[in-house]
Amino acid sequence: MLVSIVFIPIGVVSLFASRDVVEIIDQYETECVPQNFRNDKVSFIQSNANKTCTRRLTVTKLMKKPIYVYYQLDNFYQNHRRYVKSRSDSQLKDNSGWDEVSSCKPEDMSNGQPIVPCGLIAWSLFNDTYNFSLNNQQLAVNKKGISWKSDRDRKFGRNVFPRNFQNGTLIGGKSLDPTVPLSKQEDLIVWMRTAALPTFRKLYGKIEWDLQPNEVIHVTLENNYNTYSFSGKKKLVLSTTSWLGGKNDFLGIAYLTVGGLCFFLALSFTVVYLVKPRRLGDPSYLSWNRNPGGH
Amino acid sequence: MKKLVEFPMKPNHRTRQHLWVAAKELGFEFYERTQTSISLYEFDLSGKKVERSYELLNILEFSSSRKRMSVIVRNEEGKLLLLCKGADSVMFERLAKNGQEFAEQTKEHIEEYADAGLRTLVLAYREIDEEEYVKFNEEFTEAKNVVSADREEMIEEVAEKIERELILLGATAVEDKLQNGVPECIDKLAQAGIKIWVLTGDKMETAINIGFACSLLRQGMKQVVINSETPENKALEKSGDKTAAAAAYKASVIQQIAEGKQLLASSNENSEALALIVDGKSLTYALEDDVKDSFLELAIGCGSVICCRSSPKQKALVTRLVKTKTGSTTLAIGDGANDVGMLQEADIGVGISGVEGMQAVMSSDIAIAQFRYLERLLLLHGHWCYRRISSMICYFFYKNIAFGFTIFFFEIYASFSGQAVYNDWFLSLYNVFFTSLPVIALGVFDQDVSSRLCLKFPLLYQEGIQNVLFSWLRIVAWAFNGVLSATIIFFFCIRAMQHQAFRKGGEVAGLEVLGATMYTCVVWVVNCQMALSITYFTYIQHLFIWGGIILWYIFLMAYGAMDPNISTTAYKVFIEACAPAGSYWLLTLLVLVTSLLPYFAYSAIKFRFFPMYHEMIQWIRSDGQSDDPVYCQMVRQRSLRHTTVGYTARFEAKSRSSKEGGEGHR
Repeated sequence: MLVSIVFIPIGVVSLFASRDVVEIIDQYETECVPQNFRNDKVSFIQSNANKTCTRRLTVTKLMKKPIYVYYQLDNFYQNHRRYVKSRSDSQLKDNSGWDEVSSCKPEDMSNGQPIVPCGLIAWSLFNDTYNFSLNNQQLAVNKKGISWKSDRDRKFGRNVFPRNFQNGTLIGGKSLDPTVPLSKQEDLIVWMRTAALPTFRKLYGKIEWDLQPNEVIHVTLENNYNTYSFSGKKKLVLSTTSWLGGKNDFLGIAYLTVGGLCFFLALSFTVVYLVKPRRLGDPSYLSWNRNPGGH
Repeated sequence: MKKLVEFPMKPNHRTRQHLWVAAKELGFEFYERTQTSISLYEFDLSGKKVERSYELLNILEFSSSRKRMSVIVRNEEGKLLLLCKGADSVMFERLAKNGQEFAEQTKEHIEEYADAGLRTLVLAYREIDEEEYVKFNEEFTEAKNVVSADREEMIEEVAEKIERELILLGATAVEDKLQNGVPECIDKLAQAGIKIWVLTGDKMETAINIGFACSLLRQGMKQVVINSETPENKALEKSGDKTAAAAAYKASVIQQIAEGKQLLASSNENSEALALIVDGKSLTYALEDDVKDSFLELAIGCGSVICCRSSPKQKALVTRLVKTKTGSTTLAIGDGANDVGMLQEADIGVGISGVEGMQAVMSSDIAIAQFRYLERLLLLHGHWCYRRISSMICYFFYKNIAFGFTIFFFEIYASFSGQAVYNDWFLSLYNVFFTSLPVIALGVFDQDVSSRLCLKFPLLYQEGIQNVLFSWLRIVAWAFNGVLSATIIFFFCIRAMQHQAFRKGGEVAGLEVLGATMYTCVVWVVNCQMALSITYFTYIQHLFIWGGIILWYIFLMAYGAMDPNISTTAYKVFIEACAPAGSYWLLTLLVLVTSLLPYFAYSAIKFRFFPMYHEMIQWIRSDGQSDDPVYCQMVRQRSLRHTTVGYTARFEAKSRSSKEGGEGHR
């Protein structure tokens, strides 16, 4: 009973918090491939064709700033063991470790020189870009502070610069500016925090502007990233947050369910107790007493 | 036995000692003996204390075949008296027609004594004339001087002639003092469903007496005696033909076993109990390969078995026979060097340290100081240990399955690549730090029923014998609980910490955050499951359980604070990412309660509707009824069957038979 008393209010509050969050999701990876390439998206993405794409997003409810912009990838297993292993933390941390690339195979060396940052994770850096405009006015996307502070301070060094990156025959993703130290390469830092599940979002930036309902946002995006060879999906997400985080009804519903279940159980036990008070145990129920004579 | 020092004669017979003490208490003190005379302090007819001397003429010694002994004395007035004492069976035969004044009453008394397990003797006397005595003395001396194998018989013949026409004096009863608490102990063990056999080197009468004294035997139990010392067999043996004698012995043993089995079959129908008493010599034949199966059948069916005159080798053989053929667990308890074989042979050997030296103790598995401690050892510690160990093992499986399955489920989402959802050190330290100590506390301290109640309800012990707490069903059920918990933990965590932000700052949960969260949930669930399973809380258990959980948080912080080179993915994961996130804490609480809900509901339902025996006792105690005799009796009633031994069973049998109008069971 106690559990239900505690849980149901929590459930209600959580649900409301989740309901408060406004989320706009736009799946674009198929839409942004021109008609004539629809049958062979892989060759499209690998070609040099123009990959610019415009999308329109409609705001349903008032969205208070900051509004978080995410890109969501489906069917991308960032949690594969080989993938997760393929990085060199010592290299990322400090310049002195620039040639410690052994754990990064196969993306360790290129043209006989070690790659900085090495490894599959860095190599597959997401490289779609988004530009937002509202009523023909550019909406600024704040790309600072999108990664974890501990990563910026301790894991990615200030004296480590990209080198020999995306220099090989296979280009996996975005290239990095060699003049910017890794601690400031926030996209890389965000990307290198490997996701737990095959469907994940990563923070792209923040919009520091309120969005009113029924406003239409034009998105100009560069559809560079190749998710087509593994049938992955790409989505652009704009979301506000509550104290609980993004839009997820699960916690609220689960609390309500469990609270309700406990309430029901407590009630039924009470009913049974009142209706059929418990007799002192009749030893004839004991398994070894059911057939007497057996010792 | 302080009187030992004062006893003028060599104490070669305990009964004599006791009789002497009793006589002394009544004022007739035997204080001196010379070669030819005995001196006593007596009361004469006026009540004054006088000293009297008797001339000791002959002693007709005791023998097991005669079952009596006599002395012929001449008192101070010159009268010749034959004083005889012996077993009631032989004495009553030899009474004169007019010497039976109190025979009926004496017989009644003797039966009562025997029922209470006292050793009885009948006393009688006769006056002898001179000529009779002279003749007797001649024959007696002659017989005593014979140097052949017939000496015994000749002496007996002579004695037979003079020991007749006796006048009954009365009966004595001597209590064979057992150790403290032995009857109670046997009673409790019998109620617990343990079958008790006695293997002793004493002779049959002594063994039977002891059986009655500790209520292993009772009136109303039919005694099946296998004793092949019949006169024919003895004659055969004397004749020197060893093989024929052996064959005859064996045949009689087999025949007696067969008779006994018939009796067993018929007694099962009218629910009487049987007691089997086997002589040592018969035991040799009964343990031979072709006979031992039927012997064992008979023995198992009886309420109790007493093997008397058994050698140490036979004790070991009987134990082995029971152990191998019935497959039950055997416990042997003994205190002397002659029990060593038996102690080693049994599954558990318990040695009593005491007067007979330390051999038994040194060859035993467990040593106790007195027999009655066996009760506590078995019913209390045995029961607790069984429960603790089975709980501990089931729980160990549960917690590791819960842990392992979360990792396994993750693999479904990581394309089975082998990526662990937890940081390496988390994995390694799971069993060591965060979940180990509570289990140890459970294994050492848990009690399902308090010690007092454990001893009060011996039937609790059957839980161990019937293996109800560690059956396959139970193990699988715990494993299933583990899988269920893992499922709930994993899928709730996954679902709650999906792709969206999990905090106000818009951050997304990466692998390390999910791992830390799930691990937290696992630690909480597993430890709180322990808290639900423990029935007896001490401070230590509280410390270990809650301490384990707190230790996890401390570890998370400490490990996270270490340099990223060491802590890799766990770096600051708690402080920075998880702790400030409301969803983290809410999720932990939700998962905790939901995972424990099935077990909680199941055990509540079971406790209420299908309680196990120890749960009933717990309920009695919490209801405050544990001292109510009616309740206790009701709970205990089924522990007594018609074959149960012990004094409680004896009273039950008596009351039952008197209720049935007395069918001759006394």
